[in-house]
Amino acid sequence: MSTTVISHDAAHHDDHGHHHETFLTKYIFSQDHKMIAKQFLITGIIMAVFAMVLSILFRIQLAWPDKEFPILEVFLGKWAEGGRIKPDFFLSLVTIHGTMMVFFVLTAGLSGTFSNLLIPYQLGARDMASPLMNMLSYWFFFVACVIMVASFFIESGPASAGWTIYPPLSAVPTAIAGSGLGMTLWLVSMTLFIASQVLGGVNYISTVLNMRTKGMELWKMPLTIWSFFLTAIVGLLSFPVLVSAVVLLFFDRSVGTSFYLSDLVVGGTILPNEGGSPILFQHLFWFLGHPEVYIVVMPALGLTSEVISTNARKPIFGYHAMVYSLVGITVLSFIVWGHHMFVTGMSPFLGGVFMITTLIIAVPSAVKAFNYIATLWRGNIRFTPAMMFAIGMVSFFVSGGLTGLYLGNATLDINLHDTYFVVAHFHLVMGSASIFGMLSGVYHWYPKMFGRMMDERLGYFHFWLTFIGAYLVFFPMHFMGIDGVPRRYYAFTEFPFMEKWVSVNLLVTWAAIVSAVGQVAFLWNFFASIWCGKRAPQNPWKSNTLEWTTPVEHIHGNWPGEIPSVYRWPYDYSKPGHDEDFIPQTVPHSQTMSSNLLHDWEGNEEGIAAQKAYNREHDREIEG
Amino acid sequence: MKFKINTRFKSLFAGLLAVNLFFAAPALASVQDTTAAAAPVEQTAVATDSAVVATDSTATATTTDTVAAAAPSNSVTPTATTTPEEVKVIDPQVYKNLTYYILFFLVICAVFAVIGKVHSIYTLTKRVNGTYNPLANNTIQAVLFLVFLVAFLGFVYYGYAVWGDWSWRPAVTEHGKDVDTMFIITTVIITVVLVLVHILLLGFAFLYRMRAKRKAYFYPHNDAIERLWTIVPAVVLTVLVLFGFFTWRKITNIPEELKKSALQVEVLGEQFQWTIRYPGTDGVIGKRNFKMTTPLNGYGIDFNDKSSWDDIKGDEIVIPVNRPVRFHILSKDIIHSFYIPDFRVQINAVPGMTNYFQFTPTVTTEEMRDKMNDPQYNYVMLCAKICGASHYNMQKNVRVVTEAEYSEWLSKQAKFFTEDVQKEFAELHGDDTKETRIAASIN
Repeated sequence: MSTTVISHDAAHHDDHGHHHETFLTKYIFSQDHKMIAKQFLITGIIMAVFAMVLSILFRIQLAWPDKEFPILEVFLGKWAEGGRIKPDFFLSLVTIHGTMMVFFVLTAGLSGTFSNLLIPYQLGARDMASPLMNMLSYWFFFVACVIMVASFFIESGPASAGWTIYPPLSAVPTAIAGSGLGMTLWLVSMTLFIASQVLGGVNYISTVLNMRTKGMELWKMPLTIWSFFLTAIVGLLSFPVLVSAVVLLFFDRSVGTSFYLSDLVVGGTILPNEGGSPILFQHLFWFLGHPEVYIVVMPALGLTSEVISTNARKPIFGYHAMVYSLVGITVLSFIVWGHHMFVTGMSPFLGGVFMITTLIIAVPSAVKAFNYIATLWRGNIRFTPAMMFAIGMVSFFVSGGLTGLYLGNATLDINLHDTYFVVAHFHLVMGSASIFGMLSGVYHWYPKMFGRMMDERLGYFHFWLTFIGAYLVFFPMHFMGIDGVPRRYYAFTEFPFMEKWVSVNLLVTWAAIVSAVGQVAFLWNFFASIWCGKRAPQNPWKSNTLEWTTPVEHIHGNWPGEIPSVYRWPYDYSKPGHDEDFIPQTVPHSQTMSSNLLHDWEGNEEGIAAQKAYNREHDREIEG
Repeated sequence: MKFKINTRFKSLFAGLLAVNLFFAAPALASVQDTTAAAAPVEQTAVATDSAVVATDSTATATTTDTVAAAAPSNSVTPTATTTPEEVKVIDPQVYKNLTYYILFFLVICAVFAVIGKVHSIYTLTKRVNGTYNPLANNTIQAVLFLVFLVAFLGFVYYGYAVWGDWSWRPAVTEHGKDVDTMFIITTVIITVVLVLVHILLLGFAFLYRMRAKRKAYFYPHNDAIERLWTIVPAVVLTVLVLFGFFTWRKITNIPEELKKSALQVEVLGEQFQWTIRYPGTDGVIGKRNFKMTTPLNGYGIDFNDKSSWDDIKGDEIVIPVNRPVRFHILSKDIIHSFYIPDFRVQINAVPGMTNYFQFTPTVTTEEMRDKMNDPQYNYVMLCAKICGASHYNMQKNVRVVTEAEYSEWLSKQAKFFTEDVQKEFAELHGDDTKETRIAASIN
């Protein structure tokens, strides 16, 4: 396989390693992948906190629809007059919560952080293929965040047509206040965000393909890299389609075209638009929208694979199957988008076809879940906070994924479409699972990012609070959905059959508040440990991958000398015959004669002969 | 080492001191609060009295820093007497409550910090004594996973038993019975998988927790077992897919003659109401053209099409039992969704196109009330697609009745083509004779 190494050798590297770094080039406009990863992570965390506060606001409204909270008026002014959130603003909260969580936290915060951090580190590259594009990717993302937050400070309020911004609601400002300037800002922000994703994606793909160190064949890459690589491919192919959807919507709103609009009489005014189709937008949106959920969950699966294997001290079960199932998900993710549209008036026959492809995608997902469990079997599990979150991730992925069997089934979707069942499903399988994957990654790679350790006890506390809290919040919602409670309802007060759920809403809201407050434990742990954490050793988790061969202090170019070569796959944990329970990728087989299997030599005849001689000498009986 | 222990004791002491302070601060504040609390009440009663406002703001200022921030907003109250509707006064109690919550939270944090410190000292003494077990915590977490497993299974059971019972009502339409069967089959399958996977996942986490002298079993792959758990889900899913696909086709792909023989009802969604149109005696729903919408003809019916003249406006959705109904779903403005949970019926109302849903109700409202033992029970149609501020209250009552009741109800409903509309229609077309002709043909 390709083993091109684009590396400056050590001496050459030192020559220009000392160019002058100002505060501005080091911390702000940095082109260093490690710093950019930290920028993505911290921005992502800030966005997550912001979006979480929004969710608490609307949870308060749902739990106490008739109660006044004057303090809300202090902060929200006219949007919570008399201490009660207004219906328009409720929809804005829901919309921006969804947008921020899906795009800013779970796409940029997750992929942006860990692809940037780990792709060069785990592949043995000095930096990304294009550090400049990498920097631009962050700054586009940052501006997108600023614009999205800024939409809270305009008079007509932020976008409020749901995170899916279906036109005509999002296209006609007279239909809802948020579709005025707020929607324009949403569209601008999203366009910048997509630019960021495309810049990032091109960079990730080219780095993975071209900049692997000597010996790092594709089949020796850690699963994290596989998942980032495939995620970047999915993103690169699907995000531009959202741009087209967004641009056409922009034309409909501002130029007077009719791509999505037809036959509208809004507020008694007959609009001139004719011939457009709202369904067209849904197709364009979900052509990104569905791959997007895999963009969100695949990196989490990759991080989890690495963390589970390292902490179970056991090779990941079925490495090849794990890669093939990721590839399968990648391919299938492009042909399942129609399952979001079973009841929108799309051709029912087409709906049937999408249903078949949708349920097929469950197979690779199931394989992954079973492989995780098989990895734990007869392991020697060390419960670091990262490992706890990884196990939690698998639990959410299964619990949430299973309910996909209902929603992917067109017949059952008739009754569950746009109800709380959907909310419960995707919050478990893509919301909670991804955020747990991300947190698992943060706890695991924190020593690599900041050179210090996070506090373990706070980590455990954070895990249990969040794990239990998330189940208490999302599990009951399934039943509301089965009962027929639609999502995005401002209050459950207008229907007699919904009254019984008010008590459950109380439970959900309290669970949400407690686990939201519990995140302070994480925030404290994260930010305080940057300065006050225990100093990290070079390889705190006794891990095999390359990033742990770099010095603790970050240096420009990652490795002080030559980039290490790679000789083996990354999952040689607890290999029989070896004195330690891990063998880093940089250790050649010639140094581990006591633990080698014959096929480790990959057909290298000299090696096999030497191994056979060694085996005879030491009475080892190892099969091929 | 000695120095280190010393600092830990110091920080513990400081922590305890901080806790004391935190406990003391709200107590101090509440003492002043009793004096301050009376003021806002008076303030609302005698809003013009600036003296009261002044005392109020000083009382507020003395409590805590955060509360002091409220003082400026109070001091503008005198101007409020001139322009009362412009300046809003927030009750200072609101700020106090917020302060208390923040203090309460800080107290909790302090308690946790203290517990953390105590625990550090505990492990430190163990280390000093040489009895420290580095895997003790690991075992605790493993046990917690086991406890969580039991709690989780109990929680799932509780959910199914209680909330499941609240949410489950058998479908009252013909196709709904197929939907329910499939729902139950799917539920059984996923419940088994959910429980098994969690027992394995969390059980393994407990069983294979790290022990000092064990090494994990090097087991990178087993092709046979991997093939097995690829094929088994694939087969189960194939069965579900086929079953689902054929049911879906049965629901959506209705033969042409059954489409025509069904009762036709048209539903138009708009922000935030539904309008129901029944065909008149001719059994045909007249054309609609959104460009013909006027304040009187809000529905936009095209009265050039004479089959629309006898169309009937239903005040609610009333349909006869055991007779196929074909709903034509339209939207006037933005996307809505026509959703009747009890019927297992949902289809979006999309502007610019008509969607259809055909079904046969099998249980009348009366029978359902008996079954539910709830004399108030009603089927309801609600909007399930985000459509604006009153999305949460966009509903129409649905009544399933006997054929006789249906005819009786229908005869009492008003026509769309009322006299006012007739007049308007004639005026718009500038033809006086037309008006008389219309009147003649209708009456």
